[in-house]
Amino acid sequence: MKYLSEYRNLEATKAYLDLIERSITRPWNIMEICGGQTHGLVKNGILELLPDKVRMIHGPGCPVCVTPLNLIDKAIELLENDVIVCSFGDMIRVPGSKKSLLEAKANGGDLRILYSPLEAVNIAKKNPDKEVVFFAVGFETTAPANALSVLHAQKENVKNYSILVSHVLVPPAMEAILDDEFSNIDAFLGAGHVCAIMGLQEYYPLAEKYKIPIVITGFEPLDLVQGIYMAVQQLEKGIHKVENQYARVVKEEGNRAALNVIHQVFEVGDREWRGIGEIPNSGYLLRKEFTDFDAEKKFGISHIIVPENSDCIAGEILKGIKKPFECSQFGNNCTPFKPLGAPMVSSEGACAAYYHFSNNLISS
Amino acid sequence: MDVSELGFDTINLGHGSGGLMTRELLDKIIFKTFSNPFLDQKHDGAILRIDNEIAISTDSFVISPIFFKGGNIGELAVNGTVNDVAMCGAIPKYLSLAFIVEEGLKIEEFIEIVNSIKIAADKSGVLIVTGDTKVVERGKGDKIFINTTGFGEVHSKANISTENIRTGDKIIANGFIAQHGMAIMSQREGLEFESTIVSDTTNVNFLTNKLLDKFGNKIHLFRDPTRGGVASVLSEIANDINNGITIFEDKLPLEKQVAAACEILGLDPLYVANEGVFIAFVEAEVADDVIAMMHDDEKGRNAVCIGEVTEDHPNKVVMYSSIGGKRIVTPLIGEQLPRIC
Repeated sequence: MKYLSEYRNLEATKAYLDLIERSITRPWNIMEICGGQTHGLVKNGILELLPDKVRMIHGPGCPVCVTPLNLIDKAIELLENDVIVCSFGDMIRVPGSKKSLLEAKANGGDLRILYSPLEAVNIAKKNPDKEVVFFAVGFETTAPANALSVLHAQKENVKNYSILVSHVLVPPAMEAILDDEFSNIDAFLGAGHVCAIMGLQEYYPLAEKYKIPIVITGFEPLDLVQGIYMAVQQLEKGIHKVENQYARVVKEEGNRAALNVIHQVFEVGDREWRGIGEIPNSGYLLRKEFTDFDAEKKFGISHIIVPENSDCIAGEILKGIKKPFECSQFGNNCTPFKPLGAPMVSSEGACAAYYHFSNNLISS
Repeated sequence: MDVSELGFDTINLGHGSGGLMTRELLDKIIFKTFSNPFLDQKHDGAILRIDNEIAISTDSFVISPIFFKGGNIGELAVNGTVNDVAMCGAIPKYLSLAFIVEEGLKIEEFIEIVNSIKIAADKSGVLIVTGDTKVVERGKGDKIFINTTGFGEVHSKANISTENIRTGDKIIANGFIAQHGMAIMSQREGLEFESTIVSDTTNVNFLTNKLLDKFGNKIHLFRDPTRGGVASVLSEIANDINNGITIFEDKLPLEKQVAAACEILGLDPLYVANEGVFIAFVEAEVADDVIAMMHDDEKGRNAVCIGEVTEDHPNKVVMYSSIGGKRIVTPLIGEQLPRIC
């Protein structure tokens, strides 16, 4: 409980808010990469406690939000063909082109909600006459466990297990955002948990190339305000470097054991991002030697391609070009009850975060 | 009860046929366990006398797993309905009890559930007066579903209604929230985690009755925040009144392990289901005395004021976070889902 209470301390948070207020001289646009950080900012009411000059822009770091429509349709295709599909919980309400996984489950699909992909391997062992697929979505954070499930299945000779991979990587997304002519980001709060796995190395060239401060930041209120303070200090001083606010978790070199597992199973390749499109070298693909565990190949579902909903501006939301309330569909045609796009579904999605927690928006 | 005397060890379709097998199941287990003058008549229904206003509530219980840390579906089926009747400001008296059993349920499990129902009913002071047992084919149920309907006599001093809620009313919770939901979650297939969190399922009718004896119409509303949690119940209430509701994050009664489990799983305790928890809206002048009375009762040891009714932000629930920020609390939309990371 120490971690919970200490990093939610009122006085310490206020002290950092005061420091930001006193040191900031002009407006700065700061993007928090991760949906968990967006959630923390909104849920704790931090956005309205920050000085007006701090403009937080919500980044693309919500794995559910950036998983392309194709992948959801592919998972549904498997569900409808007698495959046991296992998924993290918040993926199941995201709309595919026709329905969500939850609706496919209601129609008789065998969908299991899990916390750990290793559990999916156990399900495969218990159901040898069925195929079991884990819907392996996420950023670098979930990659080690997903990779481990493949290694585990290989070691135990579990032939009826495979994964539907949709892994995406943070640094290429940051680059895509910075290269977008409409984006206007002055500094990044890096995703603390991603860096806990990956370390800081990938971020130095980014900070240098784009002359932009990157502060690797945690998720508690105090982490967030301290991370913002550190970013503002750099901006005010006109410097740009990689700093580590989340040092209690993130080490310079990352988590070697996790990295080894990732590199053993995955290789970097091109990935499609929902609403953004394809970004080169922005995701993980299964290495050739693990083709047997690639659900897309195993079930021949690579051909399923569907267009995004044209009413949803998820791409602009995820790149921070527009705020959710600037979308004409927000709150009327698109609500968590009937979402047009993933950012309205996931608890980490910017649209859902605004819909649920933001005072001025909901009262208006 | 000795299972070997029964001559069968699982429930099958014959036990729901209405024939001799049904009679055997009823005689040897149900009537024997719940015997009372109303039930013993073995009539199609029960003829009862309740002199005052009557409160009725019905609820179906479909929980999985059916046995969990701190209880099972049987006592939940009694406590849930007893508490719903109590929330009406009534004294629960009688319960109906209907089972839908999936064939193949072990008779030992059925008996354990029936015994739990008996114990919970005795503790709540209610009689099982009528019932029903149906058996469905394997795959068409989830071991056992239970429906109970409760009948209670409205307390003579009670005036429970959202219409009575006024600006300044204090909002009191009788104890720790989110325990039941997290106990169930910790045992759900695929999501298991080790913890000693146990469900707090219990009846609160004697405590609500005592509160009504002493504070009468100064108690404006009782509600039990079962599914959807405290957030959903408060949102519903806010929607029904012309005022706003303010709650304070650092006042929410949360046991440390439950708080930690919610953090790890990415769940908001405000949306986690409760049993044995109720929320009371009371006049500000009696709030301290209400809390003191709760503290003297084992069902209210951890009672605390979590918020108040305001003129501001009508129809909205606003929570002040522990760092001084505020946010709107909205009702739960679907099931609360474990997050990716």
